[in-house]
Amino acid sequence: MKVKMSASNVNFYYGEFKALKDINLKFYENNVTALIGPSGCGKSTFLRCLNRMNDLIDGTKVEGEILLDDENIYDSDVDVVELRKRVGMVFQKPNPFPKSIYENIAYGPKIHGIASKGAEMDELVEDSLKKAFLWDEVKDRLHAPATALSGGQQQRLCIARAIAMKPDIILMDEPASALDPIATQKIEDLIFELKKNYTIIIVTHSMQQAARVSDYTAFFYMGNLIEYGETQQIFTQPKLKQTEDYITGRFG
Amino acid sequence: MEKVYFYVFLVCSIILIFLGHYFGVKKATFLEAEQKIKSRPHYYGWYSVILMAVPAFLFYTLLSALSYYKIIYFNPLLTYTFTFLIIVIALLISLKKITPEQNARLKVERFINITLLISAVITILITIGIVISVFFESLKFFKNVSIFDFLFGTEWEPDTAFLGGAGRGNEMVAEPKFGSVPLFAGTAMISLIAMLVAVPAGLFSAIYLSEYASKRLRKKIKPLLEILAGIPTVVYGFFAAITVSPIVVEIAELVGLKAEYTNALSPGIVMGIMIIPYMSSLADDVINAVPNSLREGSLALGTTKSETIKHVVLPAALPGIFSAFILAVSRAIGETMIVVMAAGLRPNLTLNPLEGMTTVTVRIVDALVGDQEFGSLETLSAFGLGFVLLIITLILNIFSMKIVRRFREKYD
Amino acid sequence: MSVKNIQSSRNKKRYFKEKVFKMYGVIALFISFAFLVTFFGNMIFKGYSGLRQAKIYTTISITPEVLEDPAYAFLEDDYYYISRDEIRRLPLKIQDSKDMMNKTFNEWVIADSEVDQYLKGRPNRLKNSDKKYLDKLKEEGKLKLFFNWNFFTNGDSNLPEIAGIKAAVFGTIYVMIITILVSVPLGIATAIYLEEYAKDNWLTRMIEVNINNLAAIPSIIYGLLGLAVFINFLHVPRSSALAGGLTLGIMNLPVIVISSRAAIKSIPPSIKEAAYGVGASKLQVIWHHILPLAVPGILTGFIIGLARSIGETAPLLVVGMVAYIPDAPTSFVQSTTVLPAQIYTWSTASLRAFTEKTALAILVLLAVMLLLNTLAIWLRNKYEKQW
Repeated sequence: MKVKMSASNVNFYYGEFKALKDINLKFYENNVTALIGPSGCGKSTFLRCLNRMNDLIDGTKVEGEILLDDENIYDSDVDVVELRKRVGMVFQKPNPFPKSIYENIAYGPKIHGIASKGAEMDELVEDSLKKAFLWDEVKDRLHAPATALSGGQQQRLCIARAIAMKPDIILMDEPASALDPIATQKIEDLIFELKKNYTIIIVTHSMQQAARVSDYTAFFYMGNLIEYGETQQIFTQPKLKQTEDYITGRFG
Repeated sequence: MEKVYFYVFLVCSIILIFLGHYFGVKKATFLEAEQKIKSRPHYYGWYSVILMAVPAFLFYTLLSALSYYKIIYFNPLLTYTFTFLIIVIALLISLKKITPEQNARLKVERFINITLLISAVITILITIGIVISVFFESLKFFKNVSIFDFLFGTEWEPDTAFLGGAGRGNEMVAEPKFGSVPLFAGTAMISLIAMLVAVPAGLFSAIYLSEYASKRLRKKIKPLLEILAGIPTVVYGFFAAITVSPIVVEIAELVGLKAEYTNALSPGIVMGIMIIPYMSSLADDVINAVPNSLREGSLALGTTKSETIKHVVLPAALPGIFSAFILAVSRAIGETMIVVMAAGLRPNLTLNPLEGMTTVTVRIVDALVGDQEFGSLETLSAFGLGFVLLIITLILNIFSMKIVRRFREKYD
Repeated sequence: MSVKNIQSSRNKKRYFKEKVFKMYGVIALFISFAFLVTFFGNMIFKGYSGLRQAKIYTTISITPEVLEDPAYAFLEDDYYYISRDEIRRLPLKIQDSKDMMNKTFNEWVIADSEVDQYLKGRPNRLKNSDKKYLDKLKEEGKLKLFFNWNFFTNGDSNLPEIAGIKAAVFGTIYVMIITILVSVPLGIATAIYLEEYAKDNWLTRMIEVNINNLAAIPSIIYGLLGLAVFINFLHVPRSSALAGGLTLGIMNLPVIVISSRAAIKSIPPSIKEAAYGVGASKLQVIWHHILPLAVPGILTGFIIGLARSIGETAPLLVVGMVAYIPDAPTSFVQSTTVLPAQIYTWSTASLRAFTEKTALAILVLLAVMLLLNTLAIWLRNKYEKQW
C-alpha cells in the first residue's frame, strides 16, 4: 500500500505548553485512519497540523516533518493555499457559508480556477453533491440558503464542499459529533463510499464509530501516540494496557 | 454667615445620624444578649439611619424648593432647626421601634429595593422628558412658522426675528425666513465628506486589527485609537479651523480652485478622522462576532486570508457593518463643535465643498448663544431644528439596533 | 503535483492581491496615526511658547501724579511695550503699600502681547522701529522670557499676556461635581435594578431600548433639554455650574447605566448561585458579592464617562457657559466657565496671541484626557476576566 502522508517526530507547542510529543504516523492511500483518545489528548491538534490550520493560531510552533507525497508541508517554500486545496477539511460543527447551497460548493473551485462558470461549474456542483449523497435532497433548491438545511444535511454539504476541490486527502474533525444517530449513520456510509477515491483521516470521540469506519486506528493520550495499528487489531488485541483500558471504557 | 449656619447644621445632622446608627446597634446587641432577635444587630443601626435621614432629607428639600421658587418663604435658620428637630424625633422613634420582633433586615432591604426602583423610574422619566421638552418648545415654534415652510423652504434668515422677541414686531423690516433646506444640505454635505474618510479607514482598520494583527499588536494599537476617540470635539474644531482650513485653501489654489476659509471640506475631513475609531470599534465588534468556524471552513478550502475576508467574513458581517455605518452617520449629523468652529454661519445651498456652508447644529448654537429672549422666534427655531435632529437620530439608532439584533441572533 | 513554491500564475496573482488587501489595512491605520502625530505635533508647536511670557526690566517712579494717571510712572520709551494690565494695576498697588510713594525702582514687568509674540518669533503687528528698540533691550538683557505662571494662576482676560485657565479649571471641577452627583448614584442604581431586579418583560425591554437611544442622542440636544427644563422651567441660574452639571449629568447617565450593567452582567452566575446557596439574601448577594466584583468595570465606565464630560462643549454653550468670566467660581449658582468653553472663546478671539493660549489650554485638556483614559485602560487590563 502506498503511504500518502506521514508524520515523523512531530512536536507541537501552544506557547510554552507541549501539546504533541514526538508523533510518528503513516497514512495509507485510500484508507480511513481514525484518531481516537480522550478529550484534550491532542488528536484534533494533530489533525489540524496536517493542513496547517494551526498556523492561524497565535503563538503556536511545530517541529518535525509531515510529508505529503514525499514533500514536507512545513518547508518554508510551501504554498499553504495549494496545500489546503489538496488536503480538504470537514469540521466538528457544520459550518456552511451564509450563502446558497450552490455557492457553498462552487466557492472553492471558483477561487482555485478548477472549473469555469456555467455548465462546467454546474456539473461539478452536481457531481460533488451526488458524491456526498445530498443531491437528491437539494437538487430542487440549489439556490436556497445553505443555513436552512438540517444539521446532517449541512455536514454533508460541507463534505461536498471539500470534495469539489478534488483533494487527495480529507480531514474530518469529529464530523458526526453534533448530529443525531440517523444523520451520523448517513455520514458513516458516506465515509465508506469516499475512501474509494480519497485518503481519509478522521478524529472521533466514539469508539464504535472508529471501529465501524476505519481501517487503521491511532490512540492518542496526553499528547503522545500510544498505539497505532490496524483497527481490527487495536480493538481486539491491543498491545498496551492503556489502550485496552480506554477501548473498554475503563477511563476517558 | 448663612453658609456657616448651613455647615453647622450639616455637621450636626451627620453626627446625629451616626449616633442613631451607633445606638441602634447598641440596643439590638443588648437585646440579643437576652433573647433571639430577628436580624443581625447592624441592620437595626441602618434601620435607624433610614428612619432619620429620609424624612429629614425630603423635608429639607421641600422647604428649600418652596423658598427658592418663592412660593412660601422660609428663613433658612428656621428650615435648619425644623429639619434638625425631625432627625431628633426620628431617632427617638426608631430606638423605640427596635424590638426583638422587629425584622430590621427586611425593612432595610425593602427600602433599598424601593430606592433602586425609583432611580430606574427617574432615569426613564428623563428619557421621556428630553423628547417631551424639546417637542413642546418646537411646537411653539411651529405655531408661528408652518412646518411646510420649515421643511421645504430654501432660505434661512432669522436675523429679524429678535425684533419680534423684543416686542417690536411691527418694526420688522423684513419677514424672517425659516427654510431649513440649506441647513440640512450643509449637514448632509459635511457628513458625506466625513463618511468618505471614516468608512474606508475605519473599516479597513477594523479588518486589519481583527484579522491580521497579532494579539500583542492589537493590544498596542487599540489604546492609540482610543486616544483619537477621546480627543474633545472642541479641540478637533480648533484644529480644523486653524490648521486644516488654511491647508485646504492653499491646495485649492495650487490646483486653480478658490476655497473659502470656512469651507465644508476641512470640518468634513476632521470629523471623518474623529469618527474613524468609532466606526472601527463598531466594525471590529461585528467582525469578531462572525464565528471562527466560517473562517476555518473557508481557509480549509485553500483560500487566502483576503479571499476569506472578502467572500465570507464581510458578507456575513454586512448587516452589522451597515448598522455601524448608520450609527456613524448619526454621530456625524449631530456633531456640533467642529462645524461651529470651522464651517461658518452662512446658509448656502451648494454642492461645492470648497464654499462655506452652515449646518443644523451650527444654527442651533448660534440661535441660543447670545442674549436672546427665551421666547423669541429665533430661540424657538433652535428647538424646531433640534427636534428634527432628535427624530432623525432616533430613527437611525432604532433602525441600526434592529439590524444588529437580527445579525446577532443569526450567530449566537 | 507539488505543494511547493507558488505554482501557477493564478496563485501568484492571488498572493499579490492578498498583499494589497493587507496593505489597505496598514494604510487605514497609518492615517489615524499620522493624524495623531501631526495633531499633537501641531498643538505642541503652537502651544509650547505659551508656557513662557516676555517681561521687560524697566524703571518705575512713583509720584503723586501716578494716582491720577499711571502712565507717568513708566519710562516713555518702554511705556508702549508694557502690558496694559501692569499700568492699570499700579494705582491699586500704591494704595496697598503707601511707602512706595515718591520712590523709584527697577522691576521686571509683563510685556505687551505683541512684544511677547515678537520675542517668540511669532507673527505680530510691531513696526520695524519698535523691533529695533526691542532688539536693543534684548541685547541689554532687559527683555527676557520667563515661565508663565500667570497662565495657571489667572482667570480669563481680554489681554492675552495675563489670561489664564484658573477660572476655567475650577469651573470644570465645579461642573464635574454636579455631573458626578447626578449621574453616578442614579446610573448605578438603575443598572442594579435592571440587571438584578427587573423581570424580563416588555417594560424592561423598552427601558433598555430607551437607554441605548439616550446614549446615541447628539450632545447638543442635551443642551436644549438643559435650556428648556433646568433654566427655563426650573429657573436654575443660566451659565451656572449647576445648570451645566445637571445637563452633563443627564448626558452621562446612559453611559454609566450601560457600562455598569455590562460590568454586572460579566460576573458569572455561579458566584451568585454560590452566595444564594449559603443563605444570603438578595441584597447581601448584590452588596457582598456582585458589587465588589463589578467595581473595576463600573469604575472604568465612570472614568470614560467623566473624560467625555470634561471635554464636552456644545451643550454647555447652549446653557450659557461661554460668557467672559475672569474669576474662579465660589458657588454652584454663579456664572462659570469651563475649560473647553474657554478654549472655544479663545479660539474665536481676534488677537493672534490667543492662539498659543488656546493651544496650550488644549494641551492641558488633552493631558487630563490622556491621564483619565490611561487610567481606564490600565484598570480594564488589570481586572480583565479573573474567572
